[in-house]
Amino acid sequence: MLTNFVIPDLLPAAPELFILAMACVILIVDLFVKSKARTLTFALTQLTLVGCAAITYMTSTGEITYTFSNMFVDDLMADLLKLFLDLTVIVVLFYARGYIAERVSMAKGEFYVLVLLATLGMMVMISANHLLTLYLGLEMMSLSVYAMVALNRDSTQATEAAMKYFVLGALASGLLLYGISMVYGATGTLEITQVAQALAQGAVNKTILVFGLVFLVAGIAFKLGVVPFHMWIPDVYHGAPTPVTLFIASAPKLAAFAMVIRLLVNGLFFLAPDWQQMLMILAVLSMAIGNLAAIAQTNIKRMLAYSAISHMGFMLLGMVSGVVGGDARFALNAYSSSMFYMVAYVITSVAGFGMILLLARAGFEADSLDDFKGLNKRSPWFASMMMVVMLSMAGIPFFVGFFAKFAVLQAVVAAGYMWLAIAAVLFSLIGAFYYLRVVKLMYFDAPLDETPIAAGFDTKLLLSANGLAVALLGLFPQTLMYLCAVALVRSL
Amino acid sequence: MDMKSLYLLVPLAPLAGAIVAGLFCRVIPRWLAHTATILGVAVAFITSIVIFQDVLAGNSFNGTVYQWLASGEYKFEVGFLIDKLTVTMMLVVTSVSLMVHLYTIGYMQEDPGYNRFFSYISLFTFSMLMLVMSNNFMQLFFGWEAVGLVSYLLIGFWYTRPTAIFANMKAFLVNRVGDFGFILGIGLVLAHFGSLDYATVFAKAPELANKTINIWGSADWSLMTVACICLFIGAMGKSAQVPLHVWLPDSMEGPTPISALIHAATMVTAGIFMVARMSPLFELSDTALSFVLVIGATTALFMGFLGIIQNDIKRVVAYSTLSQLGYMTVALGASAYSVAIFHLMTHAFFKALLFLGAGSVIIGMHHDQDMRNMGGLRKYMPITWITSLIGSLALIGTPFFAGFYSKDSIIEAVALSNIAGAKYAYFAVMAGVFITAFYSFRMYFLVFHGEERFGKAHHDHHGDHEDEEPADDHHHGLAPGQKPHESPWVVTVPLIALAIPSVIIGYIAIEPMLFGDYFKGVIHVNEEAHPVMEALHHHFHGAVAMALHAVTTPVFWLAFSGVALSWFFYMKRPDIPAAIKARFSGIYTLLDNKYYFDKFNEVVFAGGARLLGRGLWKGGDVALIDGLLVNGSARLVGAIASVVRFFQSGYIYHYAFTMIIGVFVLLTLWFNRA
Repeated sequence: MLTNFVIPDLLPAAPELFILAMACVILIVDLFVKSKARTLTFALTQLTLVGCAAITYMTSTGEITYTFSNMFVDDLMADLLKLFLDLTVIVVLFYARGYIAERVSMAKGEFYVLVLLATLGMMVMISANHLLTLYLGLEMMSLSVYAMVALNRDSTQATEAAMKYFVLGALASGLLLYGISMVYGATGTLEITQVAQALAQGAVNKTILVFGLVFLVAGIAFKLGVVPFHMWIPDVYHGAPTPVTLFIASAPKLAAFAMVIRLLVNGLFFLAPDWQQMLMILAVLSMAIGNLAAIAQTNIKRMLAYSAISHMGFMLLGMVSGVVGGDARFALNAYSSSMFYMVAYVITSVAGFGMILLLARAGFEADSLDDFKGLNKRSPWFASMMMVVMLSMAGIPFFVGFFAKFAVLQAVVAAGYMWLAIAAVLFSLIGAFYYLRVVKLMYFDAPLDETPIAAGFDTKLLLSANGLAVALLGLFPQTLMYLCAVALVRSL
Repeated sequence: MDMKSLYLLVPLAPLAGAIVAGLFCRVIPRWLAHTATILGVAVAFITSIVIFQDVLAGNSFNGTVYQWLASGEYKFEVGFLIDKLTVTMMLVVTSVSLMVHLYTIGYMQEDPGYNRFFSYISLFTFSMLMLVMSNNFMQLFFGWEAVGLVSYLLIGFWYTRPTAIFANMKAFLVNRVGDFGFILGIGLVLAHFGSLDYATVFAKAPELANKTINIWGSADWSLMTVACICLFIGAMGKSAQVPLHVWLPDSMEGPTPISALIHAATMVTAGIFMVARMSPLFELSDTALSFVLVIGATTALFMGFLGIIQNDIKRVVAYSTLSQLGYMTVALGASAYSVAIFHLMTHAFFKALLFLGAGSVIIGMHHDQDMRNMGGLRKYMPITWITSLIGSLALIGTPFFAGFYSKDSIIEAVALSNIAGAKYAYFAVMAGVFITAFYSFRMYFLVFHGEERFGKAHHDHHGDHEDEEPADDHHHGLAPGQKPHESPWVVTVPLIALAIPSVIIGYIAIEPMLFGDYFKGVIHVNEEAHPVMEALHHHFHGAVAMALHAVTTPVFWLAFSGVALSWFFYMKRPDIPAAIKARFSGIYTLLDNKYYFDKFNEVVFAGGARLLGRGLWKGGDVALIDGLLVNGSARLVGAIASVVRFFQSGYIYHYAFTMIIGVFVLLTLWFNRA
């Protein structure tokens, strides 16, 4: 039998293999690292990510390549998302390092290994062409993240958050798996491209398929964190240590976007009219509840959690505008606007949570809104960076958030959902309140705490660059928009 | 370096200077601020000369440099249109700006805001260049607003003075009115032409010449007329035409160098430039042209009257600027666009000269601006004296001087024009010649000749506007017994440098600019309907002949008698003006109150706005917005938040239950459908 075994083409999966090998190496190396700061572990992790990005870039052909018996796909969208992912994780680790080194219970090598494994899971999700590959990647990511949330074992808050995340995540996985089984039942295949083919040929039991679709959408919605599958988000964002929150709030969003594309667009495009309407309901609910609930928060991590819910709702608006009355002309445009929105959101939110880490120090979390009072007096530069982040999230020109919203709204209007565009703008308007409140606190209130900012130079530099990127991408959004559009054109 | 990078260099060099001087204004020493900005403007000036030569060689450019955003079929771009009109403006702007930059070193010497000032004027130069170099309405509007912004900042440069703050607020508000019209005009263009690009719009203009639109009711309005008048309202705000002129005299609150640069030579002429640029549109509407003509003529004459009674040296020059802007507008209305640009150019030089001369006098007088405290300065400030005399001679249109060629051409153009209102305009510009000569030489005699009235013990007669003594300590005037002195070289060199073009530029430029094909293909005139330029050409037999012939025309004698009368009144019999003032106190009061425009605006518009504001505040804000919307929405948000909080209970089974319900609802909805 072994004679039949053909070694699959490993090149398309080279970044994943590299990251896996390095994660094992780092796990062993870390045993011999004595220093509290774990400098070697940190450096190796960063090198791994840089190497992974480099391999991704170098092996990128721009063609759609399948391997592992068509279970794994490498296309331009996957490459682009992986590059963004690696970059995000690198930045996240730089921000997180100081915080982790200061806290004994977290200052272990596990954090870095878990980050690598979670990244590996996300990369597998991004490249999945098989429902089980997708599921595998998802679980790999989720299990690593559950552990990361609980990393600070002494904190009851963190443990509680991890517990909730784990149980609810398991439930969501179950829903997703159930949906996968129904799709399998209806089409007889688990390969995403073949699912699409089977649907195109017809002769599929629509009832079972739509049932399965509901469960798939529920699974996706949980990962994105949109209403009503959002309940874990505020508790986990709030309870997790801030570096972990930063991680959860950024990188997995890119993977979740890939999941939407792989499952719904690559696989079930035939059912677009159905899932578009489902997503529309979720999107409107998310924008409404996310923005309204964020106003009532006093903890900035919780506020950003609700803001994340509303942003994911907004992102979905692009996904619902693809197919209008059987006409898919605008689909690519709409999906690339969503992708742009997602990337822009990740860049902005990394900077936002990065600011919390910047202000935090040993024994002080800086996660209350009051901790931002009078920031302008303590550091005018970082106050202005935070202002840029907040204004971008509120969608004020000329920051990247504005163009992201603009692109999505353009897609929505092109699809003829005028009421949806108006609703989205109204909810964004409500949302502007709590973003601007942060600006007001920073600039017009007296500081509660005059301690100078103690973060390391690398964090300060990177955070400044991050803030400037939010501003500059707002002035020059074309390149990023173009990249997103090309990636999708070449991949779908 | 290819031409495109040169084009970019022109606006970017002053911008770089402005950034250096502006962002680091608290840190860098003074020499660095002025070196950086002067270097930037000098580079722009030299580059402009290179571009000028390239354009003269027959090259032009129209293209996009950067696309800002595209929305559907509309594109918003930054682009340059480099042709002879642009390059003329570029030369005027950069050369005057360079002179003003130099001059500022001397004028602002004692001021604590030295670096800030340099940053502003360089930023202004950048904005103005972007405005004139634009190839589309969008960038034009941005430049338009940017120069307005810098003008606002500079009028209020001495921001501790209440009068300066009042003046810049006034400039800001009045310009809002103009800009409202302007943006309506641009909106109309975008709506009906589907593009903001000049070339596209102008190419499409003839087919839309007879298009009518409905504004209200069922009356048909010609699209061209409405659009052109809207655009012109923008020009009226920026170029201070009646009734939107009220901000310009008050803008003299700013430091003198910017009065020269912004409020005389360049920014206020943006409106004139814009209309000339839009000539293909304006040519299609006689109504709009008549409107332009009448407004311009009114400004030219009635603002001149006000110059007669001013005592503040800068205000005299300011009213003369208003009047001259009126002349340019008249030329536009008469379809003599090239003449307007010609006068714009000569005026930029001699009016900048007059302003800087006035500034030099003010330095010599230790920042006393009241002409009643001057007199006999000729002895003490010889360079200022001679250059100011040249400037005044150019202004009143003495043959062979720059102003003569441009102003005489305007008057002739009006005489030849046949559109409605031309008769009135002809009368206004003719009378204006006399008035201009009278107030210019009144100022000249009061300042440089006659009895030495400075150094008197007290100064309770400062300028009209300075009755409340400003907080600034260097506005003190000369102490008793102190004599004025000539200004340093950084002040006098620009004066001399500006005096030269004030004398010769008209002589050199009239033939190519007005009658050659310099503006061919740039300015569009409908020769059949408005044959003014052709007729003018017919009368023209060379620059020298024109000057010699002038002596036989009434224009010359009107100017001459203006000078003679002012000499008689202010040198010979100073008691006569006082007697006239007493006898005709009614007219004097009318003029002194500037035809009550300010009063009217304050009572009707400002008062009305306050009344409306109060109504909105009490009724709208307190009752509706605060009461219902703010408190109401706060209550609503509170209610929703408490509901969300109720569900966000912290119990896993609540969360799981919500998820299950979500799936259940979706299933039910889609089960019914499937």
